[in-house]
Amino acid sequence: MFAHNGIIILLTFIVALMATIMPLPIAVDAFRPDWILVVVLYWCLALPNRVNVVTAWLFGLLLDILLGSILGIHAAAMALSVYIIAGNYQKIRNFSVWQQALIVGILSALYHLLVFWFQRFLTDVVFLPHYLYPVITTVILWPWAFLLLRKIRRHFKIK
Amino acid sequence: MNPIFKHGPSPQHRLIMVLILSATFIFFDHKMGSFDVVRGYLQSLVSPIQYLASAPKNAVNWALENLGSREDLINQNQQYKANELLLNAQIMQLDILKKENDRLRSLLASPARTDSETMLAEILSVDSDPYSHQVVVNRGANDGVFEGQAVIDDQGIVGQVLHVGTITSRVLLITDVTQAIPVRISRNGIRLVANGSGTLDRLTHNFVPHSTDIREGDLLVTSGLGGKYPEGYPVGRVTRVRQDESRPFAQVQSEPVAQIDRLRYLLLLWPKQKASLFSSQPSTSSKEDNIGKVK
Repeated sequence: MFAHNGIIILLTFIVALMATIMPLPIAVDAFRPDWILVVVLYWCLALPNRVNVVTAWLFGLLLDILLGSILGIHAAAMALSVYIIAGNYQKIRNFSVWQQALIVGILSALYHLLVFWFQRFLTDVVFLPHYLYPVITTVILWPWAFLLLRKIRRHFKIK
Repeated sequence: MNPIFKHGPSPQHRLIMVLILSATFIFFDHKMGSFDVVRGYLQSLVSPIQYLASAPKNAVNWALENLGSREDLINQNQQYKANELLLNAQIMQLDILKKENDRLRSLLASPARTDSETMLAEILSVDSDPYSHQVVVNRGANDGVFEGQAVIDDQGIVGQVLHVGTITSRVLLITDVTQAIPVRISRNGIRLVANGSGTLDRLTHNFVPHSTDIREGDLLVTSGLGGKYPEGYPVGRVTRVRQDESRPFAQVQSEPVAQIDRLRYLLLLWPKQKASLFSSQPSTSSKEDNIGKVK
């Protein structure tokens, strides 16, 4: 993972983790985009031989530790969402950024629903519509994250 | 160099592998609780990220505190002085009342109430996970924090310590779905259980009979039963009582008095003596012990 400037990949993940747990005002907090999911999806599209389902699972597990949820919930949801990309990366790569954003939105919704279903299965949480607010911001975030990460990838010649 | 033919297991195999791993983790963490110790270590492992993530907020706070205008500071200072005067006056009374209360309790052969020691803690991060209401504070095992410790703010009960790391620990808030606190109505002493509802401004109370004397606006304080929370700290205020006779129980909701959504500083409580179960209700069997303790 560390050859060819792979350390930069790790750095982007750490920044995403920090953005995920950074304290925000309560009004904005419900709209926090899925930083980790966006970064994992980008690297999985760009370098599927370096970042794959297992990487996604590992960072999902880190997210579980950071968020204090039951170990394995975010990990499983993340792995399942990334698996869909990992299987179709050649197709999705050729889409325009906005089409990709829509796909990322659907994946993000799937991710949140998966997390909710796991939680529902284990504890008696009830569904509130604001659980899906992050999907909107994730769709908006994708084009910018895509352009920025592509710039990073090209600048550091990460292969 | 991009290999045309990929090596290693296929995505399907990887997915199945990690899903099996997840299932084991979920089972052992949720059903068996076997990760409690490991979680402490993991918490310590990720605390650098938490410190880094809260750095911008700390910087802004620092800037706000350091760039405050002279006038503001003078105003604040005056306000604090006035507050201090008021509080000091109350403390004088409190001291006498406390001694009197202890004397009366000892006459009744109830154990005297002990003060708890406190430690100030600052919030490092609030979880963005909507399913669990937890915060991370900057005190850990190094400061003597222990699991199940009660946490308050200046208004009332906030929650209890869930996992302890070396320098940070995780506090489960009272509004979390998995949390329930034994409370009583401070007006008449009726016991209830306050369940977290998963929303920040609501606690629910199940199994309250229709005949219970409970009104909107009643203050709920911890009852000390269960031994987790010390007695007498405010928990919530009743906001809604619906006595619909067609339902088996009255529907009661309350609102936490602690400002759960704008926490910054918290107090961790250390009980001086280990809180014993039913310590506030001396039964015949434990009466001798209690008298022993008072003497």
